[in-house]
Amino acid sequence: MTRSEPDAVPVLALEGVSKSFGAVRALRDVSLRLYAGEAHALAGENGAGKSTLIKTLAGVHRPDTGTVLLDGRPVVLHGPADARDAGVAVIYQEPTLFPDLSVAENVFMGRQPRRSLGRVDHRAARTAAAALFARLGVDLDPQQPARGLSIADQQLVEIAKALSSDARVLIMDEPTAALTGSEVARLFGVVRTLREQGAAVLFISHRLEEIFRLCQRVTTLRDGALVASDLLGDPQGRRAPESGGSGASGGSGSTGGSGGSGGSDRPAGSGGAAGPADAADGAGAPGGRGLTEDDLVRRMVGRDLDELYPKQDTPIGEVALDVRQLTREGVFTDVSFTVRHGEIVGLAGLVGAGRSEVARAVFGVDRWDAGSVHVDGRPLTNGAPSIAMAAGLALVPEDRRAQGLVMGMSIERNVNLTALTGLGGTVRGGLMDRRAERSRALDWAVRLQVKYAALADAVGTLSGGNQQKVVLAKWLATTPKVLIVDEPTRGIDVGTKAEVHRLLSRLAADGVAVLMISSDLPEVLGMADRVLVMHEGRLTAEIPRAGATEESVMAAATGRGTTGRAA
Amino acid sequence: MADSSPKRAARRAGALRWDGVVGVLLLVLLLLSFGFVDGFGNALNLSFLIGNTLPIALIALPMTLLVVAGEIDLSVASTAGLSGAVMGALWNAGMAIETIIPICLLLGVVCGLVNGLLVTRLGLPSLAVTIGTLAAYRGIAQIVLGSNAVTDFPAPYLDFAAGRIGSTFVPYAFLPFLVLLAVAVVVLHATPFGRSLFAVGANEEAARFAGIRVRRHKLWLFTATGLMSALTGVFWALHYASARYDNATGLELSVVAAVLLGGIDFDGGRGTLGGAVAGVFLLGGLQNAMSLLNVSAQSQTVVTGVLLVISVLGPRVARQIAARPVALPVPPAPQTSPGPSERDR
Ligand SMILES: Nc1ncnc2c1ncn2[C@@H]1O[C@H](COP(=O)(O)OP(=O)(O)OP(=O)(O)O)[C@@H](O)[C@H]1O
Ligand SMILES: [Mg+2]
Repeated sequence: MTRSEPDAVPVLALEGVSKSFGAVRALRDVSLRLYAGEAHALAGENGAGKSTLIKTLAGVHRPDTGTVLLDGRPVVLHGPADARDAGVAVIYQEPTLFPDLSVAENVFMGRQPRRSLGRVDHRAARTAAAALFARLGVDLDPQQPARGLSIADQQLVEIAKALSSDARVLIMDEPTAALTGSEVARLFGVVRTLREQGAAVLFISHRLEEIFRLCQRVTTLRDGALVASDLLGDPQGRRAPESGGSGASGGSGSTGGSGGSGGSDRPAGSGGAAGPADAADGAGAPGGRGLTEDDLVRRMVGRDLDELYPKQDTPIGEVALDVRQLTREGVFTDVSFTVRHGEIVGLAGLVGAGRSEVARAVFGVDRWDAGSVHVDGRPLTNGAPSIAMAAGLALVPEDRRAQGLVMGMSIERNVNLTALTGLGGTVRGGLMDRRAERSRALDWAVRLQVKYAALADAVGTLSGGNQQKVVLAKWLATTPKVLIVDEPTRGIDVGTKAEVHRLLSRLAADGVAVLMISSDLPEVLGMADRVLVMHEGRLTAEIPRAGATEESVMAAATGRGTTGRAA
Repeated sequence: MADSSPKRAARRAGALRWDGVVGVLLLVLLLLSFGFVDGFGNALNLSFLIGNTLPIALIALPMTLLVVAGEIDLSVASTAGLSGAVMGALWNAGMAIETIIPICLLLGVVCGLVNGLLVTRLGLPSLAVTIGTLAAYRGIAQIVLGSNAVTDFPAPYLDFAAGRIGSTFVPYAFLPFLVLLAVAVVVLHATPFGRSLFAVGANEEAARFAGIRVRRHKLWLFTATGLMSALTGVFWALHYASARYDNATGLELSVVAAVLLGGIDFDGGRGTLGGAVAGVFLLGGLQNAMSLLNVSAQSQTVVTGVLLVISVLGPRVARQIAARPVALPVPPAPQTSPGPSERDR
């Protein structure tokens, strides 16, 4: 078995690392050890410092204090290239592909296969990329340019890029945030194989069940400080080892102290004093067994969680959004559906099924070739987002970096971008009303619990989840009648996820029609009154809440059993 | 609970804004020139300085908005030349100046519209489009006027364009410029239109997703730029009492240089009109001072070139300095994260 022993030398480790950005202390005296053959999860709320930790491991950030250890020896990483040369492959939270290069060129960026005289061997690169995609079960053409890829496809290209380098350490910052169940399963299969071959894995996800499926150990951060590092058990607290050879987890779990210190003296732990004083707070934990999902949530948030899917039943009203036979050549065909006031309709499907594309056409950022869209009975103009907005439509787009935010612009201005048409009360007599802008931004930042230092800070300095909250704020502030949300909780932590769900539910109760696209199937099932399913550009099923199960939705999403079995 | 004031103060103190830097440089230049350059400080020279800089300043106003929105117009000087040439030709043909000037301005609108339509409808890059129309408009100007020079415009107009208020340093034409400047400042920095230009320049796709009518905004900007260029062409012909097809040749480079020097980011999305105007007069003042000091034309060109390079580097360096973390004795207090729960004991 490749499981680490307490005295084994970690492949990659951090010792007592602190990192500040101005007055924000993103990491405080954090230690972390990654062992060969072990999948290690990093958990924590939005802004807890997870991405910062990863960037420190990858040489993007230099720690203010503390050291990075490679094979037990202190190293100074001068940049991502250093980390790569040391065998550390990193998938960052936001995809950073070169839009004008092909997918294959992106996968092999910086280490293209060569022919004689140093010429790049494009054919070899294409073949290798195609093989990687086949292994991941991804249907992507290596020769197509990266521009225009959906966020999920971008993420998959990043994954292929990391896997292609045969790294000893694989670090993944929310790689699954935009992926649906089947892509996640494929990814985990590949990662498990790598781990069994001796790679060390560091994995971040806000979907806790994924952490339990993939990892043996979890380290939790809160406000930049280490809370604890524990072995994982069964999510429900039973002692059932998962597949992939983690049978030892129960046994080695018992090496941790069950005394009050919450496991911080474990082999890969914090070195004792690192956790904040309230760390013991979350330590209703694991004596001889591993951590459960509830334990983990308590570690992350410092309290028990409210219900994750607080869907309330509301009376359903008139048709608000009426989409008729909408077609965009080669993208989606003959899509018809309605969303009523007070209703939350889920739109499910695999990556590439055309869900986001339909949403974009309805909102007007893309044109449609045939069909019509009506809001409250009034037709929308093809390809005119400003008219859609005036009619009360809002679209929270999937790709916050490219479509949702202007990264260099302040939080305040980003929130108010949707008010420039004068609908948000921030324009008076044709001029911007700075005070109204400020209070509008502040109001929504507080309601969505955005964690920031100053509203004037560039939105790009926020953590990924907090950026997502700003995108939500920007659109919720328009008080829409019809709200289309595309991956609304991508990268949002469990606590806030429940908050966003409560918000959506409350909006529906107030009569807003909500169309929710999400790759997180439990989220769709938990929130939707009705589930629409798309498969290869067509609507294949419409399933009422009562009949919507993982099985029925997945069957329609993969093209097995269509409308027939919906009822 | 948003901004704790010590943090903000520190942020302010740490921030180094390039438009501020240019303003200070302009002040330093003026003080030095007053002190050490013979003939700089007298009212007549100052009025020359301002009058000669006005063409650059006029076009810099719309150019600033255009560059903020991520576009550029290199045909401005040719539009000005064309406008002057048409003015001369129509004057020779005996038309009244009161009719000619509106025609010239209309022509500028058309020139700008052509640029704008090529960029927004056909999706061509504005750099390429306006290099093309730079040549085309100048060519038309030459066809219209040939190598003639028209000089005999009515005296009141010539006096207005070249004269100054009494014996002060203020040219008459400076007053309408101030009005236009005020309008441009309000449009860029206080209206929704101006606000959206920053978003368009920084991330056009996100701007589109926010319902901003990107193409229409850009069309307006190109049209306004054409109009201001034509106005500048009229002013130029009157100010120098000479309408020729090659009026204002090369002026586009001075305008772009001044705007970049003023801290308008060539990549779009960043900058202030105050900075741009400071950049214009810094460049104009420097040239004036150098002429008085008998610096050769070649050396002046070198200085201008060096300034251009600085203008591209400077703002970036300033931003990096501003972004550098400042050590602060402020306890880290994350703003809105839920605190640890109070546990019953
Ligand atoms: N470049 C930066 N400049 C300023 N502050 C930053 C920067 N990068 C991160 N921060 C701050 O550091 C803190 C930690 O951010 P980090 O991105 O590590 O969080 P995270 O745990 O990855 O959160 P999420 O789950 O939302 O992705 C946040 O408060 C964030 O605003
Ligand atoms: Mg992150």
